[in-house]
Amino acid sequence: MAATIVNPENLVYSRPKGFTDMPSHYCPGCTHGTAQRLVAEVLEEMNILDKSIGVAPVGCAVFAYNYIDIDFVEAAHGRAPAMATGIKRVLPDRVVFSYQGDGDLASIGMAETVHAAARGENITIIFINNAIYGMTGGQMAPTTLPGMKTTSSPNGRDVETQGYPIRVSEMLATLDGAGYIVRRSLHDPKNIRLAKKAIRLAFETQVHGLGFSMVELLSTCSTGWGMTPVESLAWLEEHMIPAFPLGDYKIASSVAALKI
Amino acid sequence: MAREMWKGNEAIAEAAVRAGLEAYFGYPITPQNEVLEYLSHRMPELGRAFVQAESEPAAINMVYGAACTGARVMTSSSSPGISLMQEGLSYIAGTEVPMVLVNVMRGGPGLGNIAPSQGDYNQICKGGGHGDYHPIVLAPASIQEAVDLVPVAFELAHKYLNICTILIDGSIGQMMEPVQLPEMQPVARKEYDWAVSGAKGRKRHFLSSIYLDVPTEEKVNLRILGRWREAQANEIRFKEYFMEDAEHIVIGFGTAGRIALSAVRTARALGIKVGLFRPISVNPFPYKRVEELCKRAKSFLVVEMNTGQMLKDVQAAVRNRIPVRFYGRLGGVMPFPDEFVHEIQEMIKNPGKPEDDPADLWYLRMMAR
Repeated sequence: MAATIVNPENLVYSRPKGFTDMPSHYCPGCTHGTAQRLVAEVLEEMNILDKSIGVAPVGCAVFAYNYIDIDFVEAAHGRAPAMATGIKRVLPDRVVFSYQGDGDLASIGMAETVHAAARGENITIIFINNAIYGMTGGQMAPTTLPGMKTTSSPNGRDVETQGYPIRVSEMLATLDGAGYIVRRSLHDPKNIRLAKKAIRLAFETQVHGLGFSMVELLSTCSTGWGMTPVESLAWLEEHMIPAFPLGDYKIASSVAALKI
Repeated sequence: MAREMWKGNEAIAEAAVRAGLEAYFGYPITPQNEVLEYLSHRMPELGRAFVQAESEPAAINMVYGAACTGARVMTSSSSPGISLMQEGLSYIAGTEVPMVLVNVMRGGPGLGNIAPSQGDYNQICKGGGHGDYHPIVLAPASIQEAVDLVPVAFELAHKYLNICTILIDGSIGQMMEPVQLPEMQPVARKEYDWAVSGAKGRKRHFLSSIYLDVPTEEKVNLRILGRWREAQANEIRFKEYFMEDAEHIVIGFGTAGRIALSAVRTARALGIKVGLFRPISVNPFPYKRVEELCKRAKSFLVVEMNTGQMLKDVQAAVRNRIPVRFYGRLGGVMPFPDEFVHEIQEMIKNPGKPEDDPADLWYLRMMAR
């Protein structure tokens, strides 16, 4: 009897084909799991799981390869766009993407990120911005908000001595090589759906050879922020979205013309 | 095929193309720029991958990515740029993927200068990146030898899943010599059971240097060491000159070894029974052969364009059995053959004791000049 509880006609939610059954190592309230599931869903829907190669970063998402069941490599800290470039140039008909956090992408890997975009490198980056270094225990990131407390800005980020957060999407959107640059958020179901659409369009940009694509996803770090999961979702909406406005920063006309 | 005049850097680049190079990633730095410049037109005209990266760290990580596909991939740089690549080289060694590196050494440390030097011997041979790994290093002494070693370097890199470095200095990179280039080989990428290519009809492949499980990392280190031991057993290369009746032996690699050949010829003309031993594989180093030679020679003269970095490897083989003398020029200064002839004569006049410290005595002589 138990075997027929879920019939195909009333199945509304299941594990995507490209998503493994590995138990998640992410903290309660972390949105990495959501983002990685969205990537797996999109790759499955586009039927490109068997031609995709992922590049994992250094940071909490270092284990992205444990969850997304495709060919994967693991980059050095910040170097994922360079590694993705190397793979894509040798295998131009494969789908190559990196998945990186803010410390990885916007601090140590800023040069690799900017130049991959400037070259119009035909790769996709999923950029998780949670305004903090998660894996190393909650230090200040290049995206940490002014006044935000971290383990390396214990009195709150002092812009006089520690500078200002970097808005990566806005910056990359100025580059001619960028085909698709948008910022979305993962704090509620509506925004998660919009994020998935953006991830789809980013991969479509690559599949159609329309240049560099990046989806920045505002994300939570309940542990690093010292909040409950629910509090952190509210904090994201209240504090991060004003500092990092959601929106489409660069949609090349060729990308806008795509019919999906 | 006819012999043609080629500049060292360009000849190496063309030899790599003919050895089936599929992707090159590099960054400008003197004195290796011509490798990058040559490949910037040669690779696209053959439909192969070329990227001028934004930095050496980016270049080596592009190489890392391409190496993970099993492609024949190469980068080139010179000393300060090689330092910047060490992070990526360590990851490549830890991931056990093949690549070829060309280091056109220049004077250092730091920014130094753009003159020929051999100051990177320790960094290149002993592994400048973190962790336990042993790159294969080949040190040609002429453009012809460099060109002949390029296809060998790719074969060794793929056979031992390791970094294979062609170690030259600015003089070999910049000079022109008549050279016979190898025949064009077709690009033939194999379907390796480790490479990433999209998991079509097979289980996914995952390439990484991360092993959080400590006993597993130990096993990986032993696997890397095992392959290195095979290379040590099978890949020793050297050249000997005037060795039959040699009573004294000069040892030098690369350009220092080539200058030493002129010196040895001059000394022979003077009636001195001296031979030359020139290691080509400086890693693995031909310890056994040096040990055999020290059993029949009265003394060794080691010549280098550094403070005696290879000297330590020679001493490890000699183990104080015979006197060893050292002569080095530094910071981009090229020694003349006459300087080596003088050193040979001085060595014979006053061989010293086997337990003398050759680097110490050389330093005192340099300071007294």
